[in-house]
Amino acid sequence: MNWTLALPELVLALSGLAILVAGVLPRRDMTFPCTMMVLGAFLLSGAFVLTQPDGMGFGGQYISDAFARFMKVLVLAGAALALLLALDWNRAEGLSRFEYPVLVLFATLGMMVMISANDLMSLYLGLELLSLPLYVMAAFHRDNARSSEAGLKYFVLGALSSGLMLYGMSLVYGFAGTTNFAQLAQVLGGTAPISAGVVVGIVFIITGLCFKVAAVPFHMWTPDVYEGAPTSVVAYFATATKVGAIAAIVRVLAGPFGGAVDQWQQVIVLASIASMILGAFAAIGQTNIKRLMAYSWISHTGFVLMGLAVGTEAGLRGVLIYTPIYLMMSLGAFSVLVAMRRNGHAVENIQDLAGLGRTDPAMALGMAIFMFAMAGIPPLSGFFAKLYVLLPAVEAGFWLMAVVAVLSSVVSAYYYLRVVKVMYFDASTGALDARPSGVSFVLAGTGLFTMFFFLMPAPLLAAARQAVAALIG
Amino acid sequence: MTQPLLAQYFPILVFLGIAGGIALAMVGGSILLARQKPDAEKLSAYECGFAPFDDTRRRFDVRFYLVAILFIIFDLEVAFLFPWAVTLGDIGWLGFFSMMGFLFVLTVGFIYEWRKGALDWE
Repeated sequence: MNWTLALPELVLALSGLAILVAGVLPRRDMTFPCTMMVLGAFLLSGAFVLTQPDGMGFGGQYISDAFARFMKVLVLAGAALALLLALDWNRAEGLSRFEYPVLVLFATLGMMVMISANDLMSLYLGLELLSLPLYVMAAFHRDNARSSEAGLKYFVLGALSSGLMLYGMSLVYGFAGTTNFAQLAQVLGGTAPISAGVVVGIVFIITGLCFKVAAVPFHMWTPDVYEGAPTSVVAYFATATKVGAIAAIVRVLAGPFGGAVDQWQQVIVLASIASMILGAFAAIGQTNIKRLMAYSWISHTGFVLMGLAVGTEAGLRGVLIYTPIYLMMSLGAFSVLVAMRRNGHAVENIQDLAGLGRTDPAMALGMAIFMFAMAGIPPLSGFFAKLYVLLPAVEAGFWLMAVVAVLSSVVSAYYYLRVVKVMYFDASTGALDARPSGVSFVLAGTGLFTMFFFLMPAPLLAAARQAVAALIG
Repeated sequence: MTQPLLAQYFPILVFLGIAGGIALAMVGGSILLARQKPDAEKLSAYECGFAPFDDTRRRFDVRFYLVAILFIIFDLEVAFLFPWAVTLGDIGWLGFFSMMGFLFVLTVGFIYEWRKGALDWE
């Protein structure tokens, strides 16, 4: 038994328990110290991730490879920055409770378990450990009807998707005889025809995972949950957890079910095309910027799934390049959303950004960079993200998907640019409140990454190539 | 390979068929054959022969749910402890410390609910 292999997770779990006790024992408000301790735990765990050796542990349930390390670093970074954004927002909204950072920690732990899963059982365990804190976090503003509604909606649909996924896992186990990823890859990679039961099981598992990444036609919870949940929580949902969900779907489809690529390819192609089209068109009429970001994510899901559907090494590398770039753009955009408050009240309509170009030029510039990047305009990072998934699709002959991707990109440019137009050309309706220092920090960091990614893409490309090599083996 | 596997489940299919058939026959037979003469007395909720005191769909204090949920957690803990105690000789130190870890996590949860006042009724 190789205990030390899972050191990042063990450290995070034990610090989570310790922070929970440290938060509840004193009779005073411990939110700030607990948040700092959780950030420290993330740093410590991240240091262990970077020094983690390759290997398998816990009877083949847990795997540590370059792919897992790549994704875990992203998840930890995303969670830490989102927590930093939440600190000020929660205080201003009267949500300052020390449970919040602890919930973020346990959700992040669940993602790390999920990313390192080498068995359907540990995958499901990680997924549940991720989902349960998320349901609570969506309803964290418990005296607010919309937040409670978001939590309930998320819970019901999340439970349904977990059920579908579990059913698919049981079918795969029944027909293939194992839940271990390596053995599944062996069974499905042979020349023998794949039984219909396994295919049905794979489709059920894909359905469950599509719920989690919010791909069309399983996206309907996203806009409602994004709109209802507190903005600080949505900043976590839209960044770190998306990385975790992408990691899970890539790990499962490219790893154990890589041999059955002909069976699941059409499903992913369909989900990809539908997500890109719906994400582009449904966002046009939105006035609430949180709903806009939800549809924006749905269209990004389409691009991520496009790289996955191609199934080649280049396609998967595109996915792994897309993920960190999306993470940075999204964190940056949400830092602006978190800073959107006027006279102490949170505002969330696109029109509330009017005149930001004059009242807060730095933040307006940041938001403009993220909007241009999300629209995929060179030389910002978002352009390269789209390029690296589009190119493999064209090379592998997926013309329909590539054409839809380019056209939907044009459509979605409209609503991204509308935000820029509102900020710079509409008459101001009053300045926003001064932004807190945490927001400025995240805004500057992600803005610089998004702006100057094209100068130094090599480290990220090399890391992504290594991760894909570990995944395909 | 699929045929014999599905064949093994055939008794379950037969069981489902028989169960569904009997249930349908009982409900359907009662609708078709029995004489239906509803009146206010017959349709009211049966409460041990007394006249019902009030509506059955009353609100419960949310604290009952809290107690029930806390009870389930510790009840499950005991349910895990029994098989663990019986097989302790076979599972060795790894098994012993796995349960200790589990109990440790539950203890942290217990400290939390105690300090939060979830155990105080008033």
